[in-house]
Formats: sequence, structure tokens, C-alpha cells
Amino acid sequence: MSALWADTPLRGRVLAAVLLAAFLAAPLIADRYLISVLILVLYFAYVGQAWNLLMGFAGQLSLGHALYLGIGAYVAAALWIHFGVGPWLGVFAAIPIAALGGAFIGWLGWRFSIEGVYFALLTIAFAEFTRIGFDHWDFTGASAGFFLPIGGEAAAQWWNLGGGPLLFYYVALALATGATGLIAGLRRSALGYRWLAVREDAEAARALGINIFRARMAAMLISSSMTAVAGVFYAFYYRNLFPAQVFDIGRSIELILAPIIGGLGTVFGPIVGALILTPLGEALIAATQRLGLDAPGTKAVFYGLALMVIIWLRPNGVWPWLAGVLGIRSKGP
Amino acid sequence: MTALLAIESVSKRFRGLRAVDRVSCEILPGQVFAVIGPNGAGKTTLFSMVAGVLRPDEGTITFAGERIDGRRPDEIARRGIGRTFQNVRPFPALSVEDNVVIGALLHAKDMEEALERAHQVIWQLDLFAKLRQPAAALALPDRKRLELARALATRPKLLLLDEVMAGLRPTETDQMVAILRELNRTTGVTILLIEHVMRAVMALASRVLVLHHGAAIADGTPEEVVRDPAVIQSYLGAEAL
Repeated sequence: MSALWADTPLRGRVLAAVLLAAFLAAPLIADRYLISVLILVLYFAYVGQAWNLLMGFAGQLSLGHALYLGIGAYVAAALWIHFGVGPWLGVFAAIPIAALGGAFIGWLGWRFSIEGVYFALLTIAFAEFTRIGFDHWDFTGASAGFFLPIGGEAAAQWWNLGGGPLLFYYVALALATGATGLIAGLRRSALGYRWLAVREDAEAARALGINIFRARMAAMLISSSMTAVAGVFYAFYYRNLFPAQVFDIGRSIELILAPIIGGLGTVFGPIVGALILTPLGEALIAATQRLGLDAPGTKAVFYGLALMVIIWLRPNGVWPWLAGVLGIRSKGP
Repeated sequence: MTALLAIESVSKRFRGLRAVDRVSCEILPGQVFAVIGPNGAGKTTLFSMVAGVLRPDEGTITFAGERIDGRRPDEIARRGIGRTFQNVRPFPALSVEDNVVIGALLHAKDMEEALERAHQVIWQLDLFAKLRQPAAALALPDRKRLELARALATRPKLLLLDEVMAGLRPTETDQMVAILRELNRTTGVTILLIEHVMRAVMALASRVLVLHHGAAIADGTPEEVVRDPAVIQSYLGAEAL
């Protein structure tokens, strides 16, 4: 880690430190609403990092990350409700189960040479199967939903991930910061270089002695594990779970937007993307309401237009351009 | 001296077409061995079987005393065979440095060693001025040298070069010949090359195998091979006399 820090250009270090300090201090001035928006920013930065690891670094398109999110959420919630096992422990059950799901999809895809968009279809299919399964599984409330207790005793038990927005804010901040550090470290590791090779040209990577199956699988295991942790957070933050919401393809799509807008395959892209998109979404809600345009779908239309404009202006993502403007040139891509 | 690479009556068929027909040859350590022949003679098929991209239908390929036929390309690379591609394929979005580092990682114990090895090879191939440039921004001769650098960074015992001269101008060909000669002389790396450019073959190879319709029709020193009537007939053309 210290070598990584030393490798980062000075302006990059200053920016990272300022950003972290701003997030740490934000609750001093932010009201409840702003905190809830910042929680979403951090949540999307975190899952964006997880997804970007698989797509941006290892080049494997997953449109079914809701699967790992949902598994993480349901495993931790079920352990808490049915067995009284708290989320800090439950997360260690959620991770291997989600990773196993990821490993199975990866094995199916890469063992049988299902590549590119076909691999993406496979990931969608598994998220959908699982949604249908949970819709009919009474143990977790089926389609009627699965609820975690609110208020009363659960209200202030940080040890069971119950509490006010500030608790969730700092947990999300820790997750996003930890994920960014992890990804930055992996990017400079031997494994990180192998991912880039496999992403750029799998055949050429093999000729350099890289076991492409193993490299992709490593990315899948880390990515699905990280996403499962976000699922645990999701379950205890929202405290209600519906298969139609958690496993929905919309869930998978929303978590890939921040890294795409911010810059695929970059360490800061998911953070920058989340910092742009979440406030943009909130602002659009406020604006359409104020203008009396609150017909269903209005926000989605403007949101879509805004995404198109950003992608049109910055096809490689906002971060590579922003890094250039700020004079931060990292050694790698 | 025992052969570094021994190909023994290897065949490969594609739907009835015998692309390679019971070809045998031995490549000694330190040798520069060329495979020539007209288009469709089976050169690339033979090459692909050595590199592990294709599995032979019959015959064996032995490298450093170990059977390698049917092994995966990455397993073969790990045993000490580096290769280049006929249509160059360096990692386009990555810098020259990162491209070569990835090759060097194969046998480096850590990133530091890989970086050191990469810089050494980049110097050797005169690419240092372009260290931070993305591979996609390089001109073809530089991309070819980059691909060579990447393969060399894996510290191969045997280097497979698939038409490394193709698309180069005569002066660039001479540069590449000089680079390969120097490599072979200083590091002792064994080279197996598939080549169309006879000028390069004559300047580099100590032994030449000629394929025609999948079969070996001649095997000898470059001087012997170009005088062989069967080779002149099938490949070089009568005017070469």
C-alpha cells in the first residue's frame, strides 16, 4: 500500500485526501436528506468498483450483478431473522454463497467459450432465474417481501447494523474507501496486469503464459464477493427486500452506470461517476416536480438524455478527461 | 546434441484436407530454423501445433525432453516457448512498458523484477523512447518489435516468429534481421521462424525446412535448399535459377 501511495502523483494524493476529508466531515454540515444522497453516492461508488473490476479490468461484461447483490441481501437478512445471526457475521456467509454463484456462471461461460454479449446474457439469465426462485420461496417471504424489524430495539444497535443515517453513512464510506484502495492495489499487482492482458487480447495473453480462465475467475470471485457485501448493506439499510426489486435487471443496470460514465477500467472512474449521477438523478426529481412535470417516466427520460450527452462528450468517461484537466497523470491507463 | 524441439511425423487434417502431412524435423539449441513454402503449404498450421493453438491428429512434439503436443498455449509458454503473431497483436490500449511487463511477469518473482526485465528488453529492442506510448499509437515496425519484446520478456528458450518480416520495407527487414541475429548470438535463444521473405531467411537461418501441400519436400542449409530442384519447382520458381 505504501508503494502504491508513493506511485500516485502528488496532485492525485492531494485530491484523494481532500475528497476523503470532505466525505468524513460532510455530516457536520449536511442535513438528513443530503446524507441520504451521499449514502447513495458511496453505495454506487462501491458497487461500481466491484463491477468495474470484472468489466473494466478483466473485460467481462456482467449485466446480472443484481444476483450477487440479492444473494448477499437475502442471506444476511435470513440469517438475522431466522437464526439471530447479525450482519457483521452474516456477511461472511453471504460472501462465499454469492462467490459460488459467480464461480458457477464464470465456469459455464468461460469453460464453454461463451464470450462477450452471450456471456452478458448468461449473467442476466441467472439473475432472472434467481428472482423467480425467490418469488416463490416462502422461507424468505416469497414475492410478498422480506422485512427486517424497524425501530424499537433494532433502532440503535450498531452491532446489528441498526441505527440512524450516520451509521450507514460511515459504513458506506468505509466500504467505498476500502474498495478503492483494494482496486488501486490490484491494478498495480501481477494479477491486475494479467486482467488487462486478458481484456485486451485473450489469445495474446495465453501466448504469454497467462491462464485466462483462472484470471477471469479471480476477477469474478472478487467482484461477486464485493457485491455481496453491498447486498448486506442494502438489506440492513432499506430493511425490506422484494425479489422483483433486488434481483431486477434495472438493479444490475443502475450499478454499471457510474463506472461507465466515470471511466471504465480506471480506479477513480466509479467514484467520479457516482458523484455525478446520483446528485443528477436527485436534481432531476426535484426539478421535474417543481416544473409540474411529474408524469411517470419524466425523470427517466431526462436522466437518459443526460447520460447520452455525457457519453457523447466524454466517450472514454469523465475521469480520464478530468484527470488531464487537473494535471494528474497516472502511470497506467 | 539433443534437439530442443523435436517434431515427429505430425499430421493435421481439416475436413479431409491434409494441412500438415507427417512432417518431422529437429531444432537444435541455439539454431535459427526457418520454415518456408508457398501459401497454403501448412506452415502456419505446423506453427500453431507447436504453440498449442491446434492439437495434432497424429505424431508428437517434444520440447526440452517433454511432450507438449495438445497442451494449452499458456502451458507451452510457461515451459519456455515465446511467440509472435502473423497479424501483430500487442495489447492496444496499454503502454509499451505495460505490454512488456505482462510478458516479464511470467517468470518474475515480483513486480520490481518484472519491471526491470521489461526495461532491459525495451532497451535491447530500441523502444525506450516510446515507453509510455500506447501500443495502438505505434507504426507497424514498432508494433512488430514490441511484440518481439513482449515474447522475449518471458525469457523463452525457443522463440516462434510467424512472418515477422511481413509488411516491412527492405531497410526495416534488414533492421529486424540484425536484431534477431544479435539476440541469437548474445542470448543463445533458439529461433523457429516462418518466413516468406527469402532475403531474411538466407541472412538468418542456419537450417531450412520447405513445406509443400503439407509435406516436407526439403530440409537442409539455406544454400542446399535453394538449389534443390523440387524447391525451385514448387516454390521459388524457375527464375530463381
